[in-house]
Amino acid sequence: MAVLDRRNRRQIANTAFVTFSTTAAVIAISALTAILYSLLVKGVSGLNLDIFLLSTPAPMSQGGLANAIVGSLMLCGVAMVGAVIVGVLAGTFLAEYSGLSPALNAYGSVVRFLNDVLLSAPSILIGLFVYYIAVKPVHGFNGWAGALALGLIAAPVVTRTTEDVLKLQAKQLRESGVALGAPMWVTIQKVLWRASSGGILTGALLAFARISGETAPLLFTSLGNQFMNFDMSKPISNLPAVIFQFGLSAYDDWQRLAWVGALLIAFAVLSINILVRVLSQEQKRS
Amino acid sequence: MTALPATTGETTRTRPAGASFDPIFLGLCAAAATLLLTALAGIVVSLLIGGWPALSHFKLAFFTSSEWDPVKDIYGGAGPIVGTLITALLSLVFALPIAFGIAVFLVEFCPPLLRRPIGIAVELLAGVPSIVYGMWGLFIFAPLFRDFVEFPLITWAPPGSIWEKLFQGIPNGSGILVASIILSVMILPYIAATLRELFLTVPAKVRESAYGVGCTTVEVVWSVTLPYVRRSAIGAVMLGLGRALGETMAVTFIIGNSHAFPKGLFDGGSTIASTIANEFAEATSDMHTSALIALGFVLFVITFAVLAIARAFLGASKHG
Repeated sequence: MAVLDRRNRRQIANTAFVTFSTTAAVIAISALTAILYSLLVKGVSGLNLDIFLLSTPAPMSQGGLANAIVGSLMLCGVAMVGAVIVGVLAGTFLAEYSGLSPALNAYGSVVRFLNDVLLSAPSILIGLFVYYIAVKPVHGFNGWAGALALGLIAAPVVTRTTEDVLKLQAKQLRESGVALGAPMWVTIQKVLWRASSGGILTGALLAFARISGETAPLLFTSLGNQFMNFDMSKPISNLPAVIFQFGLSAYDDWQRLAWVGALLIAFAVLSINILVRVLSQEQKRS
Repeated sequence: MTALPATTGETTRTRPAGASFDPIFLGLCAAAATLLLTALAGIVVSLLIGGWPALSHFKLAFFTSSEWDPVKDIYGGAGPIVGTLITALLSLVFALPIAFGIAVFLVEFCPPLLRRPIGIAVELLAGVPSIVYGMWGLFIFAPLFRDFVEFPLITWAPPGSIWEKLFQGIPNGSGILVASIILSVMILPYIAATLRELFLTVPAKVRESAYGVGCTTVEVVWSVTLPYVRRSAIGAVMLGLGRALGETMAVTFIIGNSHAFPKGLFDGGSTIASTIANEFAEATSDMHTSALIALGFVLFVITFAVLAIARAFLGASKHG
């Protein structure tokens, strides 16, 4: 009797546990579905050609998101160029050079730790910092500052992935470079970077996905602009800031535009994430 | 038989052509690394310098007073600081069991056909930008929450009981609790994904032998898997906490943005990040700006501490 009781108890506990975990998974999936569903319902209804052709309107008038889309692409593009250059070089330093001497090794550890801190630092603080170095001195919000803030968020991501990917490369690759009589920098550029290009691209895409939805650091760096603007030294409109401003406004048509903007960003970010998955899947296969 | 020439034990090699660029390339790489270092140092220094006027003017009152009055130029940051800690901790309380459940589900008994899609879906949740969560929280979730949770609970709470205190506040769908719930949806995928990866590091042999002696799933997870990954799991949870602390936009949308101490779970509040996001661009005086930056400094110190602890727990296992 006692044995049966214990077995029952264990079975009940197990069933409860299994039910609980399954419910947890169901909750997470329904959350994602609910978010995507409401995005589609609210966003698609506002979607039309004007969104891509007209600039953000005054309340109660016709308009689109063209200036914000262009602005976002410009800010993210400039930010990514800087972030990839800095991130790949810094990642290379951490993976290839920091083992060369004890001093470099110690420096590498410090950089690695602080890079991780930067990676998870609240983005709004990065915005505050950039405000101090790139907005206050020139007495005006500007696109360069916004790009700098986004770049500072993206660079640690690229650094981290570059280092991880380079460390995965076989020692023989490095030795083969040396055996051919190539100097180290040529080996790194022609052999290691090429071998890791897929992984580095993945990291860059993930960084791009991350910054394309970043709002907080843009609020007081690039600010926003009601009009189409290609001049990086002036305030530049961007999707996240427009969503923030329009979403919290009291005007129906502004709110509708905010939903469309949110749909566009979410769609872009999710497609990048899926693209990354497909890319890394193909690498595994080849 | 001719004697081989005596070797010194060292082989020499002609310097490859172009080797003179090697130190320059090293320099470039080191400079990039230093740039990241400088950026972080710059953040700390600029926050400290910018916040110093407020910190030195209000001294301890900055941390203890919740009077935030731009008109009288008096700034006490206790409201946002406490709000940050409460929302972050609450969101962790909500997210942790669910994230744990998902991780266990995916590792232990998910049908193989569903394993990848669900894993991907959970990771996609992590990719959704925070402003989208904010919109969704404000327009979709908050009204539902107000009608189906806040109203019933407030009417149900017996007067004079602890529940009445807890459920105090205007039931308008925004407030501390809603913000925490949205935050928990945001940090959930991070924690779940990391936990899942940790669980997968447990050698199959160990888990299978536990099953072999007749353990049920719950016993395997509690007595084998969890003890095996304990340290790293704490690190993963701390990383999630770090995210919740610094999260800005979603919270700004739905926390209600009042600077006083929140009186109950449904009452409006503010976090450090939401206060900065709302007021920085429109700060009325130098002291106001400085107070906001001082809040930023406090946030940095808190997140830095949490991250350092997370590192210490995750630590050696990642980069060894």
